Amino acid sequence: MSATPEPFLGAIDHTPVRHHILSVLVENKAGVLARIAGLFARRGFNIYSLAVAPAESNARFSRVTIVVDAESAPLEQIVGQLDKLVNVVAISDISPKDALERELLLATIKTEVDNRTSLLDIIANAGAAIVDVDARSVTVMLAATPGGCDEFERALESYARVELHRTGRVALPRLGKLASA
Amino acid sequence: MQLTGAQALIKSLEQQGVDTIFGLPGGAILPVYDPLIDSSIRHILVRHEQGAGHMAEGYALATGRPGVAMVTSGPGATNIVTPIANAHMDSTPLVVVTGQVASSAIGTDAFQECDITGITMGITKHNFLVKSAQEIPRAVAAAFHLATTGRPGPVLIDIPKDVAQSMMDWWYPSSIEEYDLPGYRPEVELDDDAVMRAVALIAEAERPVLYVGGGTLKSRASAELLAFAERTKMPVVTTLMARGAFPDSHEQHLGMPGMHGTYSAVTAIQKSDLLISLGARFDDRVTGKIPAFAPHAKVIHVDIDRAEFNKVRHADVAIQSNVAAVLTAFDGYGAMPRNLDVWWKEIREWREQYPLVYDAPTVEGPLRPQHVIEAIAAKSGPGTIVASGVGQHQMWASQFWKFEEPGTWVNSGGAGTMGFGVPSAIGAKVGRPDRTVWCIDGDGCFQMTAQELVTARSEGIPIKVAILNNAYLGMVRQWQEMFYEERYSEVYLSADLPDYVKWAESMGCVGLRATNLKEMHEVIDEANKINDVPVVIDFRTDSSEKVFPMVASGASNDDIMVHPLQRGGSK
Repeated sequence: MSATPEPFLGAIDHTPVRHHILSVLVENKAGVLARIAGLFARRGFNIYSLAVAPAESNARFSRVTIVVDAESAPLEQIVGQLDKLVNVVAISDISPKDALERELLLATIKTEVDNRTSLLDIIANAGAAIVDVDARSVTVMLAATPGGCDEFERALESYARVELHRTGRVALPRLGKLASA
Repeated sequence: MQLTGAQALIKSLEQQGVDTIFGLPGGAILPVYDPLIDSSIRHILVRHEQGAGHMAEGYALATGRPGVAMVTSGPGATNIVTPIANAHMDSTPLVVVTGQVASSAIGTDAFQECDITGITMGITKHNFLVKSAQEIPRAVAAAFHLATTGRPGPVLIDIPKDVAQSMMDWWYPSSIEEYDLPGYRPEVELDDDAVMRAVALIAEAERPVLYVGGGTLKSRASAELLAFAERTKMPVVTTLMARGAFPDSHEQHLGMPGMHGTYSAVTAIQKSDLLISLGARFDDRVTGKIPAFAPHAKVIHVDIDRAEFNKVRHADVAIQSNVAAVLTAFDGYGAMPRNLDVWWKEIREWREQYPLVYDAPTVEGPLRPQHVIEAIAAKSGPGTIVASGVGQHQMWASQFWKFEEPGTWVNSGGAGTMGFGVPSAIGAKVGRPDRTVWCIDGDGCFQMTAQELVTARSEGIPIKVAILNNAYLGMVRQWQEMFYEERYSEVYLSADLPDYVKWAESMGCVGLRATNLKEMHEVIDEANKINDVPVVIDFRTDSSEKVFPMVASGASNDDIMVHPLQRGGSK
């Protein structure tokens, strides 16, 4: 008797233990993100999170911050293959212990008269800010470490959430620590 | 000077020294075919776009220059996807120009629209969708630069119809800086420290093997390899992609390694204490079961592509460079292994005990495919170029043809593309018209792309095609016989359907047939005398013939199966 296999629910549900942060400078050209995503997909490398934005006020380049699962493939392979993409200009690999990582969380929470005070306490304790408010809900913003965002997300679990979005992290090496190219 | 985008494209190709384009026109590429009439570039009109791609590959493999193909949008573009994937696997320099629907129609599911840059993203070294006519010269110059430098590969340029029709002010990039490739650095400085560590490893080696891959041919390092091998006396093996990089007649050459490699090449690697990989990538067809591959060997891995290091096999020393530069540096440091007399004594015993063999031919037939190949080789002059399809005939051609120089072996390695033979032979002959070009083909492969014989005849490209007709998809049949208890599933093709002689004649070629030894010699002599039209020979071969030696898929190379004639004795 074979059991019906469980449906596949997702690749990774927590930051992989052996993850690395690749800060990738790319040409700001059409299809570059598809090239990166396609490479990861066809080589079987896992992406945990991805953040993209124009880099250093220069329209020619964008910065892609990729948190990769170094358990899915050796980091050397990931970096070596990524570097072969012609539109990839530079890759710096920041190991988690040398990284200053931050991400942004935005959440809209339904508020009731009787839970408003406790919610405000959680927001204040987390160092989050209220960015919008109406009679029945509040939108809060937190810029914190990924762990801090995790904690805040858990603290909000007992409240009715309308929506919660996270950006994925960006990172810089800690002062005095160099990223390896 | 004002030009249309189409004129600028043709002029840019001329600027790159392109002498031949293999292609087939259609709606979206129509504007580009007009200025082609006035160009010095020869256009070879193919009968199917796959033929154009494989011809461009054959041209590139035989000449070392990039092959160029041009097709229309949609199905024209998708038909050339297989050659692009093939060139990507074998690092063959190719520039493919595709027409695209007009810019305003992109994304609207227009007639003959397809996202060919999306489709080929993973099988090109790079691709471009050109958005303005002014950008065409840059795209062409960059495409050739990318295709031919570093690890070579296919590059695709997609040109919307309106871009080809609009006007531009002619210019051409005068330096690499103008190619706008800020992320592309194909050459890195040779790591002297790594070279020194490699030299130290070589100095300790008692059982070294030079494992020569296609990168040695790509970096034109044959002369350096010969000098290095002769000075150090190390044994040499050449992979399927490197046949011709080192003369087969050389005493130090053990032949091809891998699944159907020679016993001495496979076993020398297994017993080696140092593998010096020169532009090879530890392909599964070479390594067999990876943990059992060359278990006692340290590895020096030389490759222009750093992503090859530690991908399959740990490298004790990795050197990112072209092969020629590293061999020159090794010589500069006087790299020298220990005395190899004992090693050579062992290797010679393997070579003498287990040479490549086949069952004796019978006078009345059926013919032995290996014997046919040896007979063609004996009757064709030195420097003859051999192209092949994929399967048993390809392995026999690689085993039994003696390759003496680069550019004489044209085949599909990594992708294993059936039907590669006929069109790639045509491309090779176009690139090297002075050479005799034989296509050693199988009957299954031949039927996939043989419509290009019409191209060969009408364009005056006199190739010679030897069909080793065993009436089967022979390699699949071999696996079914050996690993599926002789349960033959969908592999029978019939020797008589189609009638290959009539096929050849209907396409304006000479068609010949040989069923016995006498006819075999006669038709080869006759074919070699014909130099104005293509010749096709239907050689009726024994369907039970199998390729040996063989390492079963996923097995250790230690478990190599030699030819039945060589079994029973002590192994």
